[in-house]
Amino acid sequence: MSAAEPSIEAADSSYPTLLTWLSTVDHKRIGILYLVASLWFFIQGGIESLVIRAQLWAPRAELVSPEVYNQVYTMHGTTMIFLVVMPMLLGFGNYMLPLMIGARDMAFPRLNALSFWLFFLGGSLLYFSFLTGHAPDVGWFAYAPLTSKAFSRNLGTDYWILGLLVSGIGTVGAGVNLITTTLSMRAPGMTIGKMPLFVWMLLFNAGLILFAFPPLTAAQAMLLLDRNIGTHFFEAQHGGMALLWQHLFWFFGHPEVYIMVLPAFGMVSEIVPVFSRKVIFGYESVAAATVAIAFISMGVWAHHMFAVGMSRWLDMFFSGASFLIAVPTGIKIFNWIATMYGGKLWFATPMLFVTGFIAMFVIGGLTGIILATVPVDLQVTDSYFVVAHFHYVLFGGSMFAIMGAFYYWYPKMTGRMMSERLGRWHFVLMMIGFNLAFFPMHIAGVLGMPRRVYTYSPGAGWTIWNQLSTAGAFVLLVAFVLFFVNLIMSYWRGRVAGNDPWDAWTLEWATTSPPASYNFEQIPIVRSRRPLWDLKHPEDPDWKHE
Amino acid sequence: MVSLAAVVSVLADSDMSVFRPATPGAESIRGLFVLVLAVAAFIFVLTEGALVYCTIRFRKQQADANEEPPQIYGSLPIELAWTVGPFLIVFVLFLVVIRVLMEVRPASDPPNVVRVTVVGHQWWWEYQYPELGVTTANEMHVPCGTDKEPRTIYLSLRSADVIHSFWVPRLGGKTDVIPGIINHAFFQVNKPDTYIGRCSEYCGTQHANMMIRVIAEPKEAFDKWVANEVKPAVKDESVRADREVFLGLGCVACHTVRGTSARGTFGPDLTHLMSRKTLAAGLLENTPVDLARWIHDPQRYKPGCKMPDLKLDEKTVKAVTAYLQTLE
Amino acid sequence: MSDQSIDATTAAAGADDNAGSRSTGRRWTEPTFDRGRTGMACFLATEGVFFSTLILSYAIYIGQSKTGPTPREALSLPLVIGTSACLLSSSLTIIGAHRGLRRGNLRRFFVLLGSTMLLGALFLAGTSYEWWDLIVNKHLLPGTNLFGTTFYTLVGFHAFHVTMGIIAMAILLAVVARGWISQKNPKAVELVSWYWHLVDGVWVVIFTVVYVISR
Repeated sequence: MSAAEPSIEAADSSYPTLLTWLSTVDHKRIGILYLVASLWFFIQGGIESLVIRAQLWAPRAELVSPEVYNQVYTMHGTTMIFLVVMPMLLGFGNYMLPLMIGARDMAFPRLNALSFWLFFLGGSLLYFSFLTGHAPDVGWFAYAPLTSKAFSRNLGTDYWILGLLVSGIGTVGAGVNLITTTLSMRAPGMTIGKMPLFVWMLLFNAGLILFAFPPLTAAQAMLLLDRNIGTHFFEAQHGGMALLWQHLFWFFGHPEVYIMVLPAFGMVSEIVPVFSRKVIFGYESVAAATVAIAFISMGVWAHHMFAVGMSRWLDMFFSGASFLIAVPTGIKIFNWIATMYGGKLWFATPMLFVTGFIAMFVIGGLTGIILATVPVDLQVTDSYFVVAHFHYVLFGGSMFAIMGAFYYWYPKMTGRMMSERLGRWHFVLMMIGFNLAFFPMHIAGVLGMPRRVYTYSPGAGWTIWNQLSTAGAFVLLVAFVLFFVNLIMSYWRGRVAGNDPWDAWTLEWATTSPPASYNFEQIPIVRSRRPLWDLKHPEDPDWKHE
Repeated sequence: MVSLAAVVSVLADSDMSVFRPATPGAESIRGLFVLVLAVAAFIFVLTEGALVYCTIRFRKQQADANEEPPQIYGSLPIELAWTVGPFLIVFVLFLVVIRVLMEVRPASDPPNVVRVTVVGHQWWWEYQYPELGVTTANEMHVPCGTDKEPRTIYLSLRSADVIHSFWVPRLGGKTDVIPGIINHAFFQVNKPDTYIGRCSEYCGTQHANMMIRVIAEPKEAFDKWVANEVKPAVKDESVRADREVFLGLGCVACHTVRGTSARGTFGPDLTHLMSRKTLAAGLLENTPVDLARWIHDPQRYKPGCKMPDLKLDEKTVKAVTAYLQTLE
Repeated sequence: MSDQSIDATTAAAGADDNAGSRSTGRRWTEPTFDRGRTGMACFLATEGVFFSTLILSYAIYIGQSKTGPTPREALSLPLVIGTSACLLSSSLTIIGAHRGLRRGNLRRFFVLLGSTMLLGALFLAGTSYEWWDLIVNKHLLPGTNLFGTTFYTLVGFHAFHVTMGIIAMAILLAVVARGWISQKNPKAVELVSWYWHLVDGVWVVIFTVVYVISR
């Protein structure tokens, strides 16, 4: 590093060694560990998706055997949900939350490190199963009794249980930490109503973690006992109920969807205002919508189970609740667009990605409404239509927001900007590849293609739609190669960012890039939701309007 | 509306399309699907339109780049409007859902029914007609009704092992097949045709090849089929030696041929195998060549399936094939 | 974008300019959240949800067993009333121990925390005896029927939590003996007591569901 670029190295005087990283309790380093680990798992989950798409390129293809295909798709889903999207969001949360609330660290730094390592250990345990020759092959929601010893004889399912159990405990630890930090560590003046929206969403996200993960942990413990000491929780021949698993799993599983999407909403709520040069439109209603989503999301789980033959009353209840959740979700989307309205939109890469997020998430939300329509759901559930739907929510939604967050916060984390040129190519290719890969899946689903099939017959009329999807997947491959190149190259070659490259308003931009280990020389005092706006516009500070 | 119709016709381009309904239930679901698609399309155009408008109209101009735009902190009336508006839309949708739900899942059982018990196995379907004394596999024959006299096919679904899901899109929505539970579904079909479906809940290695064929035929043809199915297996003396070969093999541990010593129940009933058009749950055509191939090496065509490779030599395969081909 | 150099000091200063005008008014003062208590409360919430799941699973399988023995045949009430009394009274002793430490009465602290541990150990001993009896005399194993499945899982996880609590208290004893925790910072004792109360509270529900309702 040359002397002309002092701002980057100034933060920490001691040179970090491997041991520094392994033993760190600094929330920023742990945040980066989360991000790096989840990018590592992202590569593996991505390769798995390419195997899936290559196999489905042609009917009756024999690229991989059904056994391998089933392992690959199970691992793809499990990886992307538990080891990629969630830890990426937690990584950004870990790094940014203390900075955004003006704290020096998380409330429990050692618990924070433990949470990360449990997550990493769990993920590694899951991937270790490949080395034993038997990765789990029961699908990411692992319906009983396919998971019982009688139908799943090898250790794959046990690896699935243990891996997720361990990483799940880590996630709960992270949830406890996020809530405590948010509630007890805010800078003076930052009342609950003045927290950045990303913090709001993380807070409720963490609340969902606390209530959603324990049922999964309990269900997995029961399954582990069923498989290994002969209990009968999910075994029908002894009176157990296969559906108990589904209820417990989805009681976790649906809030989990919001666990993966609320922080993404938060990222969008941070990035859209900065690049529209306007304050968020309706801060209160965006925050209130978060609360509403968090609560309603605990009461919609059985909309994954309309085909199991529940009573009509239950069907109606879960259908109604699922419709209802569209309202607060819609509020957020309208508020973001209203924030853009009348602004001065600056389409730097973070803004490109969050605009892409809004555009794609709307589609995912609308297909969600279609799926909440019970009779229609009975037709298209468990078909590729559902696969399309949740990829629009989690990839078109969460992943676009996460990519935006990478471009937005990378300068803060490294002190250097990512390349705008590569970033724009990344965005364009990702947009094209994403829609090419996932839009045709809606059609394949309506044409009757069930999900999780390793092959299909030539006469079914699905071939063309699958080929489009496969083509899209490989466009996405190129897009993400560019992203990784950008991520790595910019670390050395990127333009020096300075403290506040986006002229933003939240507290993380008030310190150096990267921040010193103590974050702030002096803990800031906050008067409004946009402390740096107040500073930059003393003639018209925010607190006059709040 | 025209473009919507064009879209719907593309979406009907498959034997398994949900947009080619053949029963009243599937028909009303299609109607509802088109309605929610239209509502979704409306919201889509509105929202994406606003987004695109903003991205074009409010792009930063170089001239006044350094000046911040007016800060608008929110507006209660506007925010109320886009809370109440969507709420009303989903409320109306909810009412429509209730109405259609009542149609596709009526509270009382319909009259004039043919009862079929569907048993899901890894990875094939068993159909029992308890009132008719028929058991068959993978191809369900049902009688068509007429407009004046509809017939209802009433399915009771149960599982022999793991969860499956019975889905024939042209006949209606899915019903999961769950161990320990008996689920019910029904449909009325008037048009003779072969309706294709698949298992749609992941059930293990060969989930992809667990196809359903529902053969709806006029009453006379159906009665003829039943009359043949209730009979014990044909005892053709010209293949007596071949039959002895078959009955001496491990096949009989899993398969039944009524009227012989083959009484296994783990695999499909073969009593009237030749009355079926396909083998291996719809994977292969029921031709002499495919049948011989299937018997010779089932794991090659359906890797992981429960039918083992018995390592039969060519002569034995020939004998077994010859015998099975007499099972009309 | 902007070349303004902003750091925390100036941000703070900027905010400070206006910090004096309190009269514009806080309508509502926010509660302050103590770090340890908040964290513990969150942790206990997850524990509560975890046990709720297990208890629910026990409850929906009441009477669903396809073979015996039933809860009525297998469970002995006098024993469990005794062990429950131990556990519930230990909630009182730990309150006393905390109070003792806060007042600087170390003797009282050691005696009462020791009795809490003893009562917890008695509870575990009772449970062990109960399980031994169930396995050897009543022939109830986890795989015997749904009652065995749900009973051992629920009571086992609870006993595991009691064990963890006793270990936590043993650590407390050692730490207080060393003087690392004293009258000045008794919060760790308070937090362990919270955990212990939750374990007790869960037991009350388990007792009601398992030994009263299902029996």
